[in-house]
Amino acid sequence: MLDLIIKKNEVLNDQYSLLILSSSEKLPEMLPGQFAEVRVDNSPTTFLRRPISINYVDYEANELWLLIQIVGDGTKKMCELKAGNTLNLVFPLGNTFTFPENKDAKILLVGGGVGIAPLLFWGSYLKERGYNCNFVLGGRSKENLLQLCEFERFGNVYTTTEDGSHGEKGFVTQHSLLKASNFDYIFTCGPTPMMKAVAAYATQTKAFCEVSLENTMACGFGACLCCVTDTTEGHLCVCTEGPVFNITKLKWQI
Amino acid sequence: MANLNINIGKLQLKNPVMTASGTFGYGPEFSDFFDVSRIGGIFVKGTTLRDRQGNAYPRMAETPSGMLNAVGLQNKGVDYFINHILPTVKDIDTNIIVNVSGSTINDYIETAEKLNSIEKIPAIELNISCPNVKEGGMAFGTSCLSAAQVVKEVRRAYQKELIVKLSPNVTDISEIALAVEAEGADSVSLINTLLGMAIDSEKRKPVLSTITGGLSGPAVKPIALRMVWQVANSVKIPVIGMGGIMNAADAIEFLLAGASAIQIGTANFIDPTVAIKVLDGINEYLDRHGFQSVTEIIGALEV
Repeated sequence: MLDLIIKKNEVLNDQYSLLILSSSEKLPEMLPGQFAEVRVDNSPTTFLRRPISINYVDYEANELWLLIQIVGDGTKKMCELKAGNTLNLVFPLGNTFTFPENKDAKILLVGGGVGIAPLLFWGSYLKERGYNCNFVLGGRSKENLLQLCEFERFGNVYTTTEDGSHGEKGFVTQHSLLKASNFDYIFTCGPTPMMKAVAAYATQTKAFCEVSLENTMACGFGACLCCVTDTTEGHLCVCTEGPVFNITKLKWQI
Repeated sequence: MANLNINIGKLQLKNPVMTASGTFGYGPEFSDFFDVSRIGGIFVKGTTLRDRQGNAYPRMAETPSGMLNAVGLQNKGVDYFINHILPTVKDIDTNIIVNVSGSTINDYIETAEKLNSIEKIPAIELNISCPNVKEGGMAFGTSCLSAAQVVKEVRRAYQKELIVKLSPNVTDISEIALAVEAEGADSVSLINTLLGMAIDSEKRKPVLSTITGGLSGPAVKPIALRMVWQVANSVKIPVIGMGGIMNAADAIEFLLAGASAIQIGTANFIDPTVAIKVLDGINEYLDRHGFQSVTEIIGALEV
């Protein structure tokens, strides 16, 4: 548990903020897929911490990035934070994605809405280690497509919007790239129907596929057993056994 | 520094601060945050005779100043606990107390029998108050007759400290407390969660898969405090108080109301170090008021 300092609150638009956090201490090592449980102060209706994906870590600058979508009062209060404010985090929590076996693997990262958050960190990791990534990022409209410039640093970026305001019109799974190419490894995070569609595509094309789940949590570290998902091994905590799961382990109807 | 030692019947505590079942895992979950051996005891996750998968997701709903849960006693069963979990907690230098639940009286008896011979476990907390299971649980704890019956049977099978965890979902909790005391309970702990409900108006659906769940957190504290006070004034056996304790002041209120020790529950989720802060705060309070021992403030409410 650590109090971090808001270095910058970059308001992306009226729905999203990027909080850039720092600390006087050296930040701990974090892995892509992991998350932080963030305490929200000054929100009377927010009792529990909020699990937020680690969006990016810049160790040189000692920065941790959190991408926040305003959903309720808790996330609204987080998006109102200003440089110099502190934010209390329990982190890093959860597991990480699996590295592809070889550097030539064809890798696809599919993100929807705020679900893109962990994929930026994972993409940066893969790029640093010599892998080539393709990102397909989707949203309802162009306002929901975030951090495109950041993603472009780590691979090829393709977009879809439901209203056609950016990239191809439709859902991420309808993108022409998915028809034109086959992928060995697919990683996805976003709304559950989207992840299920991606999982179905991965199953059909026999790709290795991991999804990052975002079940509601109370504690975030395996004490409350509230965030479980049904798996081939029974109910498992998304916070400690996940949030990253191989789709073959999940009892999803796909 | 005041003396914090306290006895709950046969159970010796180094201090009155313990953590509630279902909110602290088995202990090691919190060892990254603080030295869990410092607290008076750890009540581990509700344990049943056989493996239970618990209820379907969603199992949790945030509520004003609290939360509803409907976990439904997910655990791997008492044998798994003894053979696989106990070895991982045996070096924790505090009381490890197992919360025991069941669907039938026989479940309770068999589970208690298995734990009776385990040296590391000095006590069990009989959970006759879980609101999240279809059979057993709270059904035993909401009538004097069934509460008395299960305690009577378990008492025969279990010789060490028998703590009975009471349900607040009753008209008169003192009656239940007196009934279990009469059948040999060594102490009572209260309160378990209050039966509640949350609705998603947009979807016109319940939030929880089980529709209803157990309410905990500071929202329930005034009710818990009242019940602890009522029970402490009714029974002769020690009372362990809990319900919405978030800080040392809350804990001290329970001690003043008559609890000999307290359990911290939901607060562990928000601040995993809260138990140590409560312990330090009690210490500071006793020093500030010139008390030599924590026993001086138990039931010391001036009315």
